[in-house]
Amino acid sequence: MNIPTNLKFTKTDEWFDPATGAMGLSDYAQGQLSDIVFVEIVVGVGETVASGKAIASVESVKAAAETYASANGKVVAVNEDLSGNPEVLNKDPYGQGWMVKVEGADASGLMDAAAYTKYCEERAH
Amino acid sequence: MTEPTIYELSSPGRTGVTFPDPDVPRTKLPQNLLRKDLPLPELAEVDVVRHYVNLSKYNYSVDGGFYPLGSCTMKYNPKINEDTARLPGFAFTHPLQPIETVQGNLALMYTLQEWLKEISGFAAITLQPAAGAHGELTGVLIMRAYHKDRGDVKRVKMLIPDSAHGTNPASSAMSSLEVVQVPSDARGNVDLTALKAACDDTTVGLMLTNPNTLGLFDEHLEQVIEIVHDCGGLVYGDGANLNALLGILRPGDVGFDVMHYNLHKTFSTPHGGGGPGSGPVGVTEKLADFLPAPLVGIIEESVDDEPPLFGFVTPKKTIGRVKAFHGHFGMLVRAYTYIAMHGPEGLRQISEYAVLNANYIKARLKGVYTVPFDRICMHEFVAEGQWADAPGIRALDVAKRLMDYDFHPPTNYFPLIVHEALMIEPTETENKGTLDAFADALIRIADEAKTTPNLLHEAPHKTPFGRMDEVKAARELVLCCWLPEDYGK
Amino acid sequence: MTYIPHSPQERDEMLAAIGVKSLEDLFKDIPARHRFPKLDLPPALTEMEAAAELGELSTGNENVRTDLVSFLGAGAYNHYIPAAVDHILRRGEFYTAYTPYQPEISQGTLQAIFEYQSLICALTGMEVSNASHYDGATAVAEAANMAYAQFRGKRKRVVISPTVHPQYRETMRTYIQGMGLELAGDDPKANRSTERSRRSLDAGPEALEGLVDENTALVIVQYPDFFGRVYDFTRIIELAHGKGALVCVAANPTALALFKTPGEMGADIVVGEGQPLGIPLSFGGPYLGFFTTRKQYIHKMAGRLVGETVDNRGQRAFVLTLTAREQHIKRERAISNICSNQGLMALAAAVYLSLLGQTGLRQVAELCYHKAHYTAEKISKVKGYSLCFEAPFFHEFSVCCPRPVAEINETLLEHGFLGGYDLGQDYSSLKDHMLIAVTEMNTKDEIDGLVDVLAEVNHD
Repeated sequence: MNIPTNLKFTKTDEWFDPATGAMGLSDYAQGQLSDIVFVEIVVGVGETVASGKAIASVESVKAAAETYASANGKVVAVNEDLSGNPEVLNKDPYGQGWMVKVEGADASGLMDAAAYTKYCEERAH
Repeated sequence: MTEPTIYELSSPGRTGVTFPDPDVPRTKLPQNLLRKDLPLPELAEVDVVRHYVNLSKYNYSVDGGFYPLGSCTMKYNPKINEDTARLPGFAFTHPLQPIETVQGNLALMYTLQEWLKEISGFAAITLQPAAGAHGELTGVLIMRAYHKDRGDVKRVKMLIPDSAHGTNPASSAMSSLEVVQVPSDARGNVDLTALKAACDDTTVGLMLTNPNTLGLFDEHLEQVIEIVHDCGGLVYGDGANLNALLGILRPGDVGFDVMHYNLHKTFSTPHGGGGPGSGPVGVTEKLADFLPAPLVGIIEESVDDEPPLFGFVTPKKTIGRVKAFHGHFGMLVRAYTYIAMHGPEGLRQISEYAVLNANYIKARLKGVYTVPFDRICMHEFVAEGQWADAPGIRALDVAKRLMDYDFHPPTNYFPLIVHEALMIEPTETENKGTLDAFADALIRIADEAKTTPNLLHEAPHKTPFGRMDEVKAARELVLCCWLPEDYGK
Repeated sequence: MTYIPHSPQERDEMLAAIGVKSLEDLFKDIPARHRFPKLDLPPALTEMEAAAELGELSTGNENVRTDLVSFLGAGAYNHYIPAAVDHILRRGEFYTAYTPYQPEISQGTLQAIFEYQSLICALTGMEVSNASHYDGATAVAEAANMAYAQFRGKRKRVVISPTVHPQYRETMRTYIQGMGLELAGDDPKANRSTERSRRSLDAGPEALEGLVDENTALVIVQYPDFFGRVYDFTRIIELAHGKGALVCVAANPTALALFKTPGEMGADIVVGEGQPLGIPLSFGGPYLGFFTTRKQYIHKMAGRLVGETVDNRGQRAFVLTLTAREQHIKRERAISNICSNQGLMALAAAVYLSLLGQTGLRQVAELCYHKAHYTAEKISKVKGYSLCFEAPFFHEFSVCCPRPVAEINETLLEHGFLGGYDLGQDYSSLKDHMLIAVTEMNTKDEIDGLVDVLAEVNHD
């Protein structure tokens, strides 16, 4: 499982990049969902998001999940390309699969890569 | 070998059923309002009939075999019901005819109302909802309206067990209620401690399926109901599992305030490949005023030997109508016929033998399949489709392999609280031989899982079609068999 | 033991295998004081007796094939159902099958529904159809639900024409209880003001224009409307789109054989009652709610959906798709709680449309049109009667009568006619207005007979 060391993570499997302000769902999450067929970003540029507020709705062949904001901040960009290519979330969740970018975010309280790796291992059954 | 689509079979110039020329003078058509072409197929009647007969051969059905689908109650669909529903006196009556001309229909509906109330112990009932989920929405709206009417506007939360069918939380959300999940305890009952903690003055009520989706009768049922009533909430009964309770227990007697019936489960109306169903909703006296309008009632009492005059009545504080017209009358005729042919003893036998059949299969599978809650079950039970020594085998593989033994698989992956769940409900209309054959097949598959797992992974092998590419279906959406630019080529 | 196959010996063998002594032992978990209630129901009838009882109940009705000549529509229509439809519906492989969750053994149902979806798209001029809703009324309610979801709750107004079927509007009101949605255009209290509401009912869709704003999620109109009138909605649709709102047209499927499709006019959602397509009147149900939309909105559409794919042997096949939208996966986040569809009724419609094809359906529609216009022409020449509206109509029209509709219908009934719908029941400004429907089932003689009785009524 892919857990890049420069990113921060939430317990609900979202990632946050403190360098760019980008966020999305983690490799673990896309693996759980399996083949993603639909994604809808539910926030717009200019909106303020709070941690834990839904930023996207994701549907796969067999499951559905909400993606939550991993940090507070103001939305400055939304990935318009995702809705036409939802499979990108499976193939490249940390790169082209970015969902929104925020500014003014505070990443304290998020897990670092090591902590998230341990968290994922503990959950596996 | 696949059957072409109706559009692929179409050939320009063919006609099927045609109609006479007008016997009245023609009136000019309003040219500016007309459509240019009508891209419907062109086939002769024999082609249409062959097409559908060929399609039907690809279907598994109750008439063809055993369908142990948990929570669906796939019992035999009596043929007499099909005949009675089609009697011209029923089939060719218009819903808006004057009531004097449809007293037969109204008498049937009134009597069915009385019978269903008696069966489950409720004071009032509506036959209007079209399906189970529709009945749930109706029931939830009634609960909401009841509290609002009392001025109790704080109540916005619906408590729902984690084993509940998805329609329960969905119906609550559609009524703008917040869903609060209540966990189950180690024996499959509603966790009383968690329930007590969740119940307060913001509680609309609890939606409870009993027996639950594990096929278990809640061992603390009366306590559960008391806890909810004590905090001022109402108890909704999801009647999907009523097949275990006919003549055994009346939910109204034990404290349920509102319950929906599934006529297409418990009362034998056919599933039709996905519908139509029918979901009447019964309520206690205190909720009667909120039922959807209209209900069938007695407009003029019987005098001497004359029958009463039946008509439609509107409950005083009705939530309103939930669909056009009166409900799925055609299904009501079938349910009426069914209940008439069973009587009180016959109904009890349904539940006795439904429960007997489920426990028998469970006993046959003992030691081969893990049944997480090992108690006497009701009309269904849940087994795990996985084994420690069969790595990589999941419930889905067991299900697909069952098709090679000519059985429809049980319900998969529901309820969510059991991993790799296989929910098995045989119903009372299956004989011992069928149950033994089914158990034998499952036992063989359990063995195959350990010795030749690929047989399961690649199953089914013997059916006309194999496993589907569901990813392709979702990612490359093709939802229509004709394209405007291709039509007529 | 009706339908239960066990012999006493088998029962005992099974009890032994389970490890209990009697059937009663299986119910120990049931609270003792409520266990085994005595149900006050009549004793069981055999099949022969049940057939007799139901037969007798059915003759307690007057039906529109053998007892009455019907001119009643108002949302349910007496059309001819070709014999082959019921023969196919009666095949156990179709009607005793379950929802096609196991596609390998359900291709009959799946392909039939896929074809149904295609036929409905062809009829409505829309891009995608679901596997159906319960009826036209609930389909309209689900359209409001869908629009609400499409705008993520940010737009709260639904504009609905007062000429949409009264029962559809009632159903809408029930569904949106507590959704925080505002309905505009059909204030139930507005009927008190006879003149104002009469004006809004006289007008076509332009009467709604002033109500559509940036807070509007959906505009709902009916085609033909409840009074039978046919309008081109292109203009109101453009206007609504200009404000960013969606438009839903509730359409009669037989009319769609002749008239411009709502798809062509630019509608976003087209729904309707599919009962006219091979489904008997059956005192109001089961019927068929068809529901179509455009591809861009598909993820906000509720209901089952069948899509094409291939199986692992390379065969073309069909499967339920985009199932993650539905309640069994999304639970409280689902757009709708709907679980089932009207499976067998959708099959009936597909068979009907396949049997008639473009030629047959057009013939039915033209027969309805010509016979209705002949009827209207003749009635308008009877003293005391006039046509209430000038707009073009399909197979239903409103007649302004010299006497209360209830009175006229009583006389009609005495002569074996089922008269039209009393519009005054739902619209207080339309007293003495009768809505008459004419279909291919009405012969010229029957129509002439109707007109004679109407003339007679005015002579008294």
